[in-house]
Amino acid sequence: MRDIAVISFAQTPARRSVPELNEVEMLMPAVHDALTQVDMTIDDIGFTCSGSTDYLAGTAFSFVSTLDAVGPWPPIQESHVEMDGAWALYEAWVKLQLGEIDTALVYAYAKSSPGDLPMVLTRQLDPITVGPLWADSVSLAALQARSLIDSGKATEADMAEVVARSRKDALNNPKAQLAWDRSAEDHLATDYHIAPLRKGDCPPITDGAAAIVLAAGDVARSKVKRPAWIRGIDHRVDPIHLGLRDLTVSESTRIAAEKAGVADGKVDIAELHAPFSHQELILKEAIGLGDDVAINPSGGALAANAMMTAGLIRIGEVATRISNGEADRGVAHATSGPCLQQNLVTVLEGDA
Amino acid sequence: MPEIQLPASLADVEPVRSVRTPAQLDYTFTAGDATTRFLKGITQKKIIGQQANPDSRVYVPARGADPELGAATPIEVEVAQVGTVTSFCVVNLQFYGSGMEIPYTSALIMLDGADLSIMHLIQEIPADQVRIGMRVEAVWRDDADIEPTLESIKWFRPTGEPDDVNVRIPGEIRGTGLGSWVGGVAPTELTVRNPRTGEGGTAEFGGEG
Repeated sequence: MRDIAVISFAQTPARRSVPELNEVEMLMPAVHDALTQVDMTIDDIGFTCSGSTDYLAGTAFSFVSTLDAVGPWPPIQESHVEMDGAWALYEAWVKLQLGEIDTALVYAYAKSSPGDLPMVLTRQLDPITVGPLWADSVSLAALQARSLIDSGKATEADMAEVVARSRKDALNNPKAQLAWDRSAEDHLATDYHIAPLRKGDCPPITDGAAAIVLAAGDVARSKVKRPAWIRGIDHRVDPIHLGLRDLTVSESTRIAAEKAGVADGKVDIAELHAPFSHQELILKEAIGLGDDVAINPSGGALAANAMMTAGLIRIGEVATRISNGEADRGVAHATSGPCLQQNLVTVLEGDA
Repeated sequence: MPEIQLPASLADVEPVRSVRTPAQLDYTFTAGDATTRFLKGITQKKIIGQQANPDSRVYVPARGADPELGAATPIEVEVAQVGTVTSFCVVNLQFYGSGMEIPYTSALIMLDGADLSIMHLIQEIPADQVRIGMRVEAVWRDDADIEPTLESIKWFRPTGEPDDVNVRIPGEIRGTGLGSWVGGVAPTELTVRNPRTGEGGTAEFGGEG
Protein backbone atom coordinates (compact mmCIF):
# COMPACT_ATOMS: atom_id res chain seq x y z
CA MET A 1 0.00 0.00 0.00
CA ARG A 2 1.18 3.49 -0.83
CA ASP A 3 1.45 5.98 2.05
CA ILE A 4 -1.31 8.54 1.59
CA ALA A 5 -1.96 11.36 4.06
CA VAL A 6 -4.41 14.13 4.76
CA ILE A 7 -2.24 17.25 4.59
CA SER A 8 -4.85 19.98 4.91
CA PHE A 9 -8.44 20.44 5.96
CA ALA A 10 -10.77 23.42 5.80
CA GLN A 11 -14.44 23.95 6.50
CA THR A 12 -16.87 26.85 6.38
CA PRO A 13 -18.75 27.87 9.52
CA ALA A 14 -21.81 25.64 9.89
CA ARG A 15 -24.99 27.71 9.63
CA ARG A 16 -28.69 26.92 9.57
CA SER A 17 -28.99 28.83 6.33
CA VAL A 18 -26.65 30.71 4.02
CA PRO A 19 -29.23 32.61 1.98
CA GLU A 20 -26.86 35.23 0.58
CA LEU A 21 -24.65 32.76 -1.30
CA ASN A 22 -25.23 30.03 -3.85
CA GLU A 23 -23.44 26.69 -3.57
CA VAL A 24 -20.28 27.60 -5.47
CA GLU A 25 -19.92 30.84 -3.52
CA MET A 26 -20.33 28.99 -0.22
CA LEU A 27 -17.85 26.29 -1.25
CA MET A 28 -15.06 28.46 -2.65
CA PRO A 29 -13.58 29.66 0.68
CA ALA A 30 -13.18 26.05 1.89
CA VAL A 31 -11.41 24.99 -1.33
CA HIS A 32 -9.16 28.05 -1.32
CA ASP A 33 -8.34 27.61 2.37
CA ALA A 34 -7.42 23.92 2.00
CA LEU A 35 -5.12 24.65 -0.96
CA THR A 36 -3.57 27.79 0.58
CA GLN A 37 -2.67 26.01 3.82
CA VAL A 38 -0.23 23.81 1.87
CA ASP A 39 0.79 26.50 -0.62
CA MET A 40 -0.85 24.76 -3.57
CA THR A 41 -3.08 25.71 -6.50
CA ILE A 42 -5.27 23.52 -8.65
CA ASP A 43 -2.24 23.15 -10.95
CA ASP A 44 -0.53 21.13 -8.21
CA ILE A 45 -3.48 18.75 -7.85
CA GLY A 46 -3.54 15.42 -9.72
CA PHE A 47 -7.17 14.48 -9.13
CA THR A 48 -10.23 16.28 -7.83
CA CYS A 49 -13.23 14.45 -6.36
CA SER A 50 -16.35 15.89 -4.76
CA GLY A 51 -19.45 14.77 -2.88
CA SER A 52 -22.87 16.43 -3.03
CA THR A 53 -26.42 15.68 -4.10
CA ASP A 54 -28.84 17.27 -6.52
CA TYR A 55 -31.76 16.44 -4.20
CA LEU A 56 -30.63 19.11 -1.76
CA ALA A 57 -30.01 21.78 -4.38
CA GLY A 58 -33.16 20.86 -6.31
CA THR A 59 -31.12 21.23 -9.50
CA ALA A 60 -29.97 18.61 -11.98
CA PHE A 61 -26.18 18.20 -12.34
CA SER A 62 -25.69 20.87 -9.67
CA PHE A 63 -22.12 19.69 -9.01
CA VAL A 64 -21.05 20.84 -12.48
CA SER A 65 -21.43 24.52 -11.62
CA THR A 66 -19.75 24.14 -8.23
CA LEU A 67 -16.69 22.66 -9.96
CA ASP A 68 -16.04 26.24 -11.08
CA ALA A 69 -14.74 26.79 -7.53
CA VAL A 70 -11.49 24.99 -8.35
CA GLY A 71 -10.79 26.61 -11.75
CA PRO A 72 -10.97 23.44 -13.86
CA TRP A 73 -9.11 24.77 -16.90
CA PRO A 74 -7.12 23.39 -18.73
CA PRO A 75 -9.29 20.28 -18.23
CA ILE A 76 -8.58 18.44 -15.00
CA GLN A 77 -9.00 14.84 -13.87
CA GLU A 78 -12.19 15.01 -11.90
CA SER A 79 -14.94 12.85 -10.46
CA HIS A 80 -18.03 13.24 -8.30
CA VAL A 81 -19.99 10.99 -5.98
CA GLU A 82 -23.64 11.48 -5.11
CA MET A 83 -22.61 10.66 -1.54
CA ASP A 84 -20.87 12.18 1.44
CA GLY A 85 -17.45 13.60 0.64
CA ALA A 86 -15.90 10.81 2.74
CA TRP A 87 -16.68 8.49 -0.17
CA ALA A 88 -15.15 11.01 -2.57
CA LEU A 89 -12.04 10.83 -0.39
CA TYR A 90 -12.15 7.04 -0.70
CA GLU A 91 -12.24 7.32 -4.50
CA ALA A 92 -9.30 9.75 -4.41
CA TRP A 93 -7.40 7.39 -2.10
CA VAL A 94 -7.92 4.52 -4.57
CA LYS A 95 -6.75 6.76 -7.42
CA LEU A 96 -3.63 7.70 -5.44
CA GLN A 97 -2.95 4.03 -4.76
CA LEU A 98 -2.66 3.47 -8.51
CA GLY A 99 0.52 5.53 -8.36
CA GLU A 100 -0.09 7.82 -11.35
CA ILE A 101 -0.59 10.94 -9.25
CA ASP A 102 0.70 12.25 -5.93
CA THR A 103 -1.98 14.72 -4.85
CA ALA A 104 -5.76 14.96 -4.70
CA LEU A 105 -8.31 17.57 -3.72
CA VAL A 106 -11.53 16.36 -2.11
CA TYR A 107 -14.43 18.60 -1.30
CA ALA A 108 -18.05 18.36 -0.26
CA TYR A 109 -20.86 20.78 0.34
CA ALA A 110 -24.57 21.02 0.93
CA LYS A 111 -27.19 23.62 1.33
CA SER A 112 -30.05 21.88 3.06
CA SER A 113 -31.94 25.12 3.58
CA PRO A 114 -33.58 25.39 0.11
CA GLY A 115 -35.86 22.38 0.76
CA ASP A 116 -37.60 20.53 3.59
CA LEU A 117 -34.70 18.27 4.60
CA PRO A 118 -36.54 15.40 6.36
CA MET A 119 -38.87 15.18 3.34
CA VAL A 120 -36.02 15.45 0.81
CA LEU A 121 -34.27 12.54 2.55
CA THR A 122 -37.30 10.29 1.98
CA ARG A 123 -36.17 10.12 -1.65
CA GLN A 124 -33.23 7.91 -0.67
CA LEU A 125 -35.59 5.19 0.58
CA ASP A 126 -36.68 2.12 -1.37
CA PRO A 127 -38.88 3.77 -4.02
CA ILE A 128 -41.52 0.99 -4.22
CA THR A 129 -42.54 0.24 -0.65
CA VAL A 130 -41.05 2.83 1.74
CA GLY A 131 -40.50 5.99 -0.28
CA PRO A 132 -44.24 6.41 -1.04
CA LEU A 133 -44.89 6.48 2.73
CA TRP A 134 -42.71 9.63 2.98
CA ALA A 135 -41.12 8.23 6.12
CA ASP A 136 -39.01 11.18 7.21
CA SER A 137 -35.43 10.84 8.44
CA VAL A 138 -36.15 11.86 12.04
CA SER A 139 -39.01 9.37 12.40
CA LEU A 140 -36.84 6.57 11.06
CA ALA A 141 -34.08 7.50 13.51
CA ALA A 142 -36.70 7.43 16.27
CA LEU A 143 -37.66 3.88 15.25
CA GLN A 144 -34.04 2.92 15.62
CA ALA A 145 -33.71 4.65 18.99
CA ARG A 146 -36.84 2.86 20.22
CA SER A 147 -35.39 -0.49 19.14
CA LEU A 148 -32.15 0.26 20.93
CA ILE A 149 -33.88 1.26 24.18
CA ASP A 150 -36.25 -1.70 24.03
CA SER A 151 -33.32 -4.10 23.54
CA GLY A 152 -31.90 -2.93 26.87
CA LYS A 153 -28.59 -1.91 25.27
CA ALA A 154 -29.05 1.79 26.08
CA THR A 155 -31.30 4.18 27.94
CA GLU A 156 -32.55 7.69 27.30
CA ALA A 157 -30.12 8.76 30.03
CA ASP A 158 -27.22 7.27 28.03
CA MET A 159 -28.38 9.24 25.00
CA ALA A 160 -28.66 12.38 27.14
CA GLU A 161 -25.00 12.04 28.16
CA VAL A 162 -24.01 11.98 24.48
CA VAL A 163 -26.10 15.10 23.87
CA ALA A 164 -24.67 17.04 26.81
CA ARG A 165 -21.05 16.09 26.10
CA SER A 166 -21.25 16.79 22.34
CA ARG A 167 -22.77 20.26 22.64
CA LYS A 168 -20.33 21.15 25.42
CA ASP A 169 -17.32 20.00 23.36
CA ALA A 170 -18.69 22.06 20.49
CA LEU A 171 -18.02 25.20 22.56
CA ASN A 172 -14.36 24.69 21.58
CA ASN A 173 -15.23 24.34 17.88
CA PRO A 174 -15.53 27.79 16.25
CA LYS A 175 -17.21 26.23 13.19
CA ALA A 176 -19.98 24.56 15.22
CA GLN A 177 -23.61 25.49 14.82
CA LEU A 178 -25.05 24.23 18.12
CA ALA A 179 -22.89 24.57 21.23
CA TRP A 180 -23.87 25.00 24.86
CA ASP A 181 -23.22 23.75 28.36
CA ARG A 182 -26.41 22.09 29.58
CA SER A 183 -26.58 18.98 31.73
CA ALA A 184 -28.03 15.64 30.68
CA GLU A 185 -30.75 16.19 33.29
CA ASP A 186 -31.73 19.46 31.64
CA HIS A 187 -31.97 17.65 28.32
CA LEU A 188 -34.13 14.88 29.78
CA ALA A 189 -36.47 17.53 31.18
CA THR A 190 -37.33 18.73 27.66
CA ASP A 191 -40.31 17.42 25.70
CA TYR A 192 -40.15 14.65 23.18
CA HIS A 193 -39.82 15.77 19.57
CA ILE A 194 -40.51 12.45 17.88
CA ALA A 195 -40.41 10.01 20.80
CA PRO A 196 -38.12 8.69 22.07
CA LEU A 197 -36.06 11.49 20.50
CA ARG A 198 -35.98 14.95 21.99
CA LYS A 199 -34.92 17.87 19.84
CA GLY A 200 -31.52 17.78 21.49
CA ASP A 201 -31.02 14.18 20.31
CA CYS A 202 -31.32 15.36 16.70
CA PRO A 203 -28.73 17.10 14.53
CA PRO A 204 -29.13 20.66 13.32
CA ILE A 205 -30.00 21.35 9.70
CA THR A 206 -26.85 22.85 8.26
CA ASP A 207 -25.52 24.65 5.19
CA GLY A 208 -21.78 24.19 4.84
CA ALA A 209 -18.78 22.97 2.91
CA ALA A 210 -15.42 21.34 3.56
CA ALA A 211 -12.27 20.43 1.64
CA ILE A 212 -9.28 18.17 2.17
CA VAL A 213 -5.98 17.79 0.31
CA LEU A 214 -4.43 14.32 0.13
CA ALA A 215 -0.82 13.68 -0.78
CA ALA A 216 1.39 10.63 -1.15
CA GLY A 217 4.70 9.85 0.57
CA ASP A 218 7.40 12.46 0.14
CA VAL A 219 5.03 15.07 -1.25
CA ALA A 220 3.07 14.89 2.00
CA ARG A 221 6.27 15.05 4.07
CA SER A 222 7.48 18.10 2.12
CA LYS A 223 4.23 19.98 2.72
CA VAL A 224 3.51 19.42 6.42
CA LYS A 225 5.52 18.53 9.50
CA ARG A 226 3.26 15.72 10.59
CA PRO A 227 1.06 14.22 7.86
CA ALA A 228 -2.00 12.29 9.04
CA TRP A 229 -1.41 8.99 7.26
CA ILE A 230 -4.41 6.93 6.18
CA ARG A 231 -3.52 3.49 7.58
CA GLY A 232 -6.80 1.86 6.71
CA ILE A 233 -10.05 2.77 4.98
CA ASP A 234 -13.07 0.63 4.19
CA HIS A 235 -16.77 1.07 3.54
CA ARG A 236 -19.73 -1.29 3.71
CA VAL A 237 -23.47 -1.11 3.22
CA ASP A 238 -26.44 -2.67 5.03
CA PRO A 239 -29.58 -3.82 3.16
CA ILE A 240 -31.89 -1.07 1.93
CA HIS A 241 -34.93 -2.72 3.55
CA LEU A 242 -35.04 -1.50 7.13
CA GLY A 243 -36.96 -4.63 8.11
CA LEU A 244 -34.04 -6.82 7.06
CA ARG A 245 -31.73 -5.16 9.58
CA ASP A 246 -31.26 -5.33 13.31
CA LEU A 247 -31.38 -1.57 13.84
CA THR A 248 -29.71 -1.84 17.24
CA VAL A 249 -26.37 -2.81 15.71
CA SER A 250 -24.38 -1.60 12.72
CA GLU A 251 -22.94 -4.66 11.05
CA SER A 252 -21.58 -2.69 8.10
CA THR A 253 -19.67 -0.40 10.47
CA ARG A 254 -18.30 -3.38 12.38
CA ILE A 255 -16.93 -5.01 9.22
CA ALA A 256 -15.55 -1.71 7.88
CA ALA A 257 -13.77 -1.07 11.20
CA GLU A 258 -12.30 -4.56 11.18
CA LYS A 259 -11.07 -4.23 7.58
CA ALA A 260 -9.66 -0.76 8.25
CA GLY A 261 -7.63 -2.19 11.12
CA VAL A 262 -9.03 -0.15 14.00
CA ALA A 263 -7.97 -2.86 16.50
CA ASP A 264 -4.36 -2.91 15.29
CA GLY A 265 -3.33 -0.17 17.71
CA LYS A 266 -4.38 2.19 20.45
CA VAL A 267 -7.07 4.68 19.48
CA ASP A 268 -6.70 8.16 20.98
CA ILE A 269 -9.66 9.90 19.39
CA ALA A 270 -12.65 8.99 17.27
CA GLU A 271 -14.86 11.26 15.25
CA LEU A 272 -18.11 9.40 14.65
CA HIS A 273 -20.69 10.61 12.16
CA ALA A 274 -23.68 10.00 14.40
CA PRO A 275 -26.40 12.49 13.48
CA PHE A 276 -28.65 11.21 16.29
CA SER A 277 -27.45 10.69 19.85
CA HIS A 278 -28.32 6.98 20.07
CA GLN A 279 -26.31 6.31 16.89
CA GLU A 280 -23.07 7.19 18.66
CA LEU A 281 -23.77 4.39 21.13
CA ILE A 282 -24.38 1.92 18.29
CA LEU A 283 -21.23 3.02 16.46
CA LYS A 284 -19.02 2.93 19.54
CA GLU A 285 -20.04 -0.67 20.05
CA ALA A 286 -19.66 -1.60 16.37
CA ILE A 287 -16.18 -0.10 16.04
CA GLY A 288 -15.10 -1.52 19.40
CA LEU A 289 -14.04 1.74 21.03
CA GLY A 290 -13.18 1.68 24.72
CA ASP A 291 -14.16 4.29 27.30
CA ASP A 292 -10.64 5.76 27.14
CA VAL A 293 -11.22 7.01 23.58
CA ALA A 294 -12.14 10.69 23.24
CA ILE A 295 -15.24 10.61 21.05
CA ASN A 296 -16.20 13.61 18.93
CA PRO A 297 -14.03 16.31 20.51
CA SER A 298 -15.38 18.61 17.75
CA GLY A 299 -18.94 18.11 18.96
CA GLY A 300 -19.69 15.77 16.06
CA ALA A 301 -22.77 15.79 13.89
CA LEU A 302 -24.92 16.93 16.82
CA ALA A 303 -23.04 20.25 16.63
CA ALA A 304 -23.06 20.64 12.84
CA ASN A 305 -24.44 18.30 10.22
CA ALA A 306 -24.04 19.59 6.69
CA MET A 307 -25.35 16.77 4.53
CA MET A 308 -22.78 15.08 2.26
CA THR A 309 -20.10 16.96 4.19
CA ALA A 310 -20.25 15.94 7.86
CA GLY A 311 -18.57 12.58 7.11
CA LEU A 312 -15.65 14.23 5.33
CA ILE A 313 -15.38 16.69 8.23
CA ARG A 314 -14.94 13.76 10.64
CA ILE A 315 -11.82 12.72 8.69
CA GLY A 316 -10.58 16.30 8.68
CA GLU A 317 -11.15 16.72 12.42
CA VAL A 318 -9.13 13.59 13.23
CA ALA A 319 -6.38 14.51 10.76
CA THR A 320 -6.06 18.01 12.22
CA ARG A 321 -5.60 16.62 15.75
CA ILE A 322 -2.95 14.18 14.54
CA SER A 323 -1.07 16.83 12.58
CA ASN A 324 -1.04 19.26 15.52
CA GLY A 325 0.13 16.56 17.92
CA GLU A 326 -3.01 16.28 20.05
CA ALA A 327 -3.38 12.64 19.05
CA ASP A 328 -1.23 9.91 17.52
CA ARG A 329 -3.88 7.58 16.13
CA GLY A 330 -7.54 8.13 15.47
CA VAL A 331 -10.65 6.74 13.83
CA ALA A 332 -12.98 8.70 11.57
CA HIS A 333 -16.39 7.34 10.63
CA ALA A 334 -18.85 8.55 8.02
CA THR A 335 -22.41 7.46 7.41
CA SER A 336 -25.03 7.89 4.74
CA GLY A 337 -28.62 6.81 4.29
CA PRO A 338 -31.33 6.14 6.88
CA CYS A 339 -30.45 4.62 10.25
CA LEU A 340 -26.71 4.23 9.54
CA GLN A 341 -27.25 2.34 6.29
CA GLN A 342 -23.83 2.91 4.69
CA ASN A 343 -20.68 3.32 6.72
CA LEU A 344 -17.08 4.21 6.05
CA VAL A 345 -14.25 3.87 8.57
CA THR A 346 -10.82 5.48 8.25
CA VAL A 347 -7.84 4.93 10.53
CA LEU A 348 -5.37 7.83 10.63
CA GLU A 349 -1.97 7.92 12.26
CA GLY A 350 0.92 10.32 12.72
CA ASP A 351 4.61 9.44 12.62
CA ALA A 352 6.10 8.73 16.03
CA MET B 1 -40.72 -10.22 -17.27
CA PRO B 2 -40.20 -13.36 -15.15
CA GLU B 3 -43.28 -15.22 -13.86
CA ILE B 4 -44.15 -14.20 -10.32
CA GLN B 5 -44.70 -17.07 -7.88
CA LEU B 6 -47.46 -16.12 -5.47
CA PRO B 7 -48.48 -18.06 -2.35
CA ALA B 8 -51.64 -20.12 -2.69
CA SER B 9 -53.69 -17.57 -0.74
CA LEU B 10 -52.98 -15.00 -3.45
CA ALA B 11 -53.30 -17.42 -6.37
CA ASP B 12 -56.26 -15.65 -7.97
CA VAL B 13 -55.08 -12.11 -7.29
CA GLU B 14 -53.89 -10.08 -10.22
CA PRO B 15 -50.12 -9.45 -9.87
CA VAL B 16 -48.94 -5.88 -9.41
CA ARG B 17 -46.87 -5.16 -12.49
CA SER B 18 -46.14 -1.52 -11.81
CA VAL B 19 -46.84 1.24 -9.32
CA ARG B 20 -47.03 4.98 -9.65
CA THR B 21 -45.41 6.88 -6.77
CA PRO B 22 -45.67 10.57 -7.61
CA ALA B 23 -43.40 12.89 -5.66
CA GLN B 24 -43.09 16.65 -5.40
CA LEU B 25 -40.57 18.67 -3.45
CA ASP B 26 -40.52 22.46 -3.28
CA TYR B 27 -37.29 24.45 -3.07
CA THR B 28 -36.42 28.07 -2.48
CA PHE B 29 -33.68 28.74 -4.98
CA THR B 30 -30.88 31.11 -3.96
CA ALA B 31 -29.49 33.28 -6.73
CA GLY B 32 -26.34 34.00 -4.76
CA ASP B 33 -24.24 37.13 -4.48
CA ALA B 34 -22.94 37.37 -8.06
CA THR B 35 -26.26 36.70 -9.77
CA THR B 36 -28.04 39.02 -7.33
CA ARG B 37 -25.75 41.86 -8.37
CA PHE B 38 -26.40 41.04 -12.04
CA LEU B 39 -30.17 40.97 -11.54
CA LYS B 40 -30.11 44.26 -9.61
CA GLY B 41 -28.45 45.78 -12.67
CA ILE B 42 -31.23 44.44 -14.84
CA THR B 43 -33.80 46.31 -12.71
CA GLN B 44 -31.95 49.51 -13.76
CA LYS B 45 -31.87 48.33 -17.40
CA LYS B 46 -28.12 47.80 -17.16
CA ILE B 47 -26.30 44.63 -18.17
CA ILE B 48 -23.52 44.18 -15.62
CA GLY B 49 -20.67 41.78 -16.29
CA GLN B 50 -18.27 40.65 -13.58
CA GLN B 51 -14.62 39.67 -13.49
CA ALA B 52 -12.17 38.30 -10.95
CA ASN B 53 -9.39 40.76 -11.76
CA PRO B 54 -8.92 43.56 -14.32
CA ASP B 55 -7.26 41.19 -16.82
CA SER B 56 -9.57 38.19 -16.53
CA ARG B 57 -12.70 37.40 -18.47
CA VAL B 58 -15.91 39.40 -18.14
CA TYR B 59 -18.78 37.03 -17.41
CA VAL B 60 -22.38 37.85 -18.29
CA PRO B 61 -24.23 36.69 -16.33
CA ALA B 62 -21.77 35.85 -13.54
CA ARG B 63 -22.70 32.81 -11.45
CA GLY B 64 -20.28 33.20 -8.58
CA ALA B 65 -16.94 31.82 -9.75
CA ASP B 66 -14.61 32.48 -12.67
CA PRO B 67 -14.19 28.87 -13.84
CA GLU B 68 -10.74 29.59 -15.29
CA LEU B 69 -9.37 30.96 -12.05
CA GLY B 70 -11.62 29.38 -9.45
CA ALA B 71 -12.14 32.82 -7.99
CA ALA B 72 -15.02 35.12 -7.07
CA THR B 73 -15.86 37.93 -9.51
CA PRO B 74 -16.14 41.12 -7.43
CA ILE B 75 -15.35 43.61 -10.23
CA GLU B 76 -18.44 44.92 -12.03
CA VAL B 77 -18.26 46.08 -15.65
CA GLU B 78 -21.27 47.39 -17.52
CA VAL B 79 -21.29 45.82 -20.98
CA ALA B 80 -23.05 47.04 -24.12
CA GLN B 81 -26.66 46.24 -24.92
CA VAL B 82 -25.51 45.53 -28.46
CA GLY B 83 -23.76 42.37 -29.52
CA THR B 84 -23.11 39.72 -32.15
CA VAL B 85 -24.88 36.43 -32.76
CA THR B 86 -22.33 33.63 -32.26
CA SER B 87 -24.79 30.78 -32.88
CA PHE B 88 -28.52 30.22 -33.11
CA CYS B 89 -31.21 27.65 -33.63
CA VAL B 90 -34.72 27.90 -35.06
CA VAL B 91 -37.36 26.39 -32.79
CA ASN B 92 -40.25 24.72 -34.62
CA LEU B 93 -41.78 22.93 -31.63
CA GLN B 94 -44.30 24.37 -29.19
CA PHE B 95 -42.97 23.63 -25.70
CA TYR B 96 -45.33 23.31 -22.77
CA GLY B 97 -45.63 26.65 -20.99
CA SER B 98 -44.11 28.65 -23.82
CA GLY B 99 -46.13 31.53 -25.17
CA MET B 100 -43.85 31.95 -28.17
CA GLU B 101 -45.22 31.84 -31.69
CA ILE B 102 -43.31 29.30 -33.76
CA PRO B 103 -41.00 29.34 -35.51
CA TYR B 104 -38.79 31.50 -33.31
CA THR B 105 -35.04 31.84 -32.89
CA SER B 106 -32.90 31.20 -29.82
CA ALA B 107 -29.43 32.60 -30.11
CA LEU B 108 -26.13 32.94 -28.31
CA ILE B 109 -25.27 36.63 -28.26
CA MET B 110 -21.83 38.00 -27.39
CA LEU B 111 -22.46 41.48 -26.00
CA ASP B 112 -19.74 44.01 -26.76
CA GLY B 113 -17.39 44.02 -23.78
CA ALA B 114 -18.35 40.53 -22.57
CA ASP B 115 -16.36 37.27 -22.79
CA LEU B 116 -19.33 34.99 -22.42
CA SER B 117 -22.39 34.94 -24.66
CA ILE B 118 -25.87 35.02 -23.22
CA MET B 119 -28.77 33.02 -24.61
CA HIS B 120 -31.79 34.98 -25.70
CA LEU B 121 -34.47 35.30 -28.38
CA ILE B 122 -34.10 37.03 -31.74
CA GLN B 123 -37.22 38.76 -33.02
CA GLU B 124 -38.28 41.45 -35.52
CA ILE B 125 -36.63 39.47 -38.32
CA PRO B 126 -37.84 36.31 -40.11
CA ALA B 127 -36.25 33.23 -38.53
CA ASP B 128 -34.66 32.16 -41.80
CA GLN B 129 -32.71 35.41 -42.04
CA VAL B 130 -30.92 35.10 -38.67
CA ARG B 131 -27.20 34.39 -39.16
CA ILE B 132 -23.93 34.11 -37.26
CA GLY B 133 -22.20 37.47 -37.17
CA MET B 134 -25.45 39.44 -37.20
CA ARG B 135 -25.43 42.53 -34.95
CA VAL B 136 -28.36 42.74 -32.53
CA GLU B 137 -29.59 44.97 -29.71
CA ALA B 138 -31.65 44.42 -26.59
CA VAL B 139 -35.35 45.31 -26.57
CA TRP B 140 -36.57 45.95 -23.01
CA ARG B 141 -40.03 45.58 -21.57
CA ASP B 142 -41.90 48.76 -20.64
CA ASP B 143 -40.30 50.41 -17.59
CA ALA B 144 -43.23 49.51 -15.36
CA ASP B 145 -42.68 45.81 -16.10
CA ILE B 146 -38.93 45.65 -15.41
CA GLU B 147 -38.16 42.91 -12.86
CA PRO B 148 -34.98 41.18 -11.64
CA THR B 149 -35.07 38.62 -14.46
CA LEU B 150 -33.42 38.34 -17.86
CA GLU B 151 -36.97 38.23 -19.23
CA SER B 152 -37.02 41.99 -18.65
CA ILE B 153 -35.23 41.98 -21.99
CA LYS B 154 -38.03 40.83 -24.28
CA TRP B 155 -35.71 39.83 -27.09
CA PHE B 156 -32.90 41.08 -29.30
CA ARG B 157 -33.45 42.58 -32.75
CA PRO B 158 -31.12 43.42 -35.65
CA THR B 159 -29.37 46.79 -35.43
CA GLY B 160 -28.92 47.02 -39.21
CA GLU B 161 -25.13 47.36 -38.83
CA PRO B 162 -22.93 45.30 -41.18
CA ASP B 163 -22.27 41.76 -39.91
CA ASP B 164 -19.19 41.22 -37.76
CA VAL B 165 -17.24 38.85 -40.00
CA ASN B 166 -14.62 38.41 -37.28
CA VAL B 167 -17.17 37.14 -34.81
CA ARG B 168 -15.42 35.27 -32.06
CA ILE B 169 -16.73 32.32 -30.23
CA PRO B 170 -16.56 32.65 -26.45
CA GLY B 171 -13.13 31.70 -25.22
CA GLU B 172 -11.29 32.03 -28.48
CA ILE B 173 -9.14 34.99 -27.56
CA ARG B 174 -7.70 33.40 -24.46
CA GLY B 175 -7.73 30.01 -26.03
CA THR B 176 -10.41 28.08 -24.21
CA GLY B 177 -12.83 27.77 -27.11
CA LEU B 178 -12.93 26.12 -30.46
CA GLY B 179 -11.75 29.03 -32.56
CA SER B 180 -13.75 30.90 -35.15
CA TRP B 181 -16.12 29.09 -37.40
CA VAL B 182 -16.98 31.75 -39.96
CA GLY B 183 -18.29 31.39 -43.48
CA GLY B 184 -18.53 27.65 -43.12
CA VAL B 185 -14.77 27.30 -42.59
CA ALA B 186 -13.76 25.14 -39.66
CA PRO B 187 -11.06 26.27 -37.24
CA THR B 188 -7.69 24.61 -37.79
CA GLU B 189 -5.95 25.62 -34.62
CA LEU B 190 -6.88 25.21 -31.00
CA THR B 191 -5.19 27.20 -28.30
CA VAL B 192 -4.91 25.65 -24.87
CA ARG B 193 -3.46 28.04 -22.37
CA ASN B 194 -3.44 27.91 -18.60
CA PRO B 195 -4.97 31.23 -17.50
CA ARG B 196 -3.23 31.08 -14.11
CA THR B 197 0.32 30.28 -15.23
CA GLY B 198 0.32 31.40 -18.87
CA GLU B 199 1.69 28.00 -19.89
CA GLY B 200 0.50 26.36 -23.06
CA GLY B 201 0.23 27.22 -26.73
CA THR B 202 -1.49 26.25 -29.92
CA ALA B 203 -2.25 22.78 -31.12
CA GLU B 204 -3.63 21.27 -34.31
CA PHE B 205 -7.40 21.11 -34.11
CA GLY B 206 -8.49 17.59 -34.85
CA GLY B 207 -11.49 18.71 -36.87
CA GLU B 208 -13.66 15.74 -35.84
CA GLY B 209 -13.04 16.28 -32.14
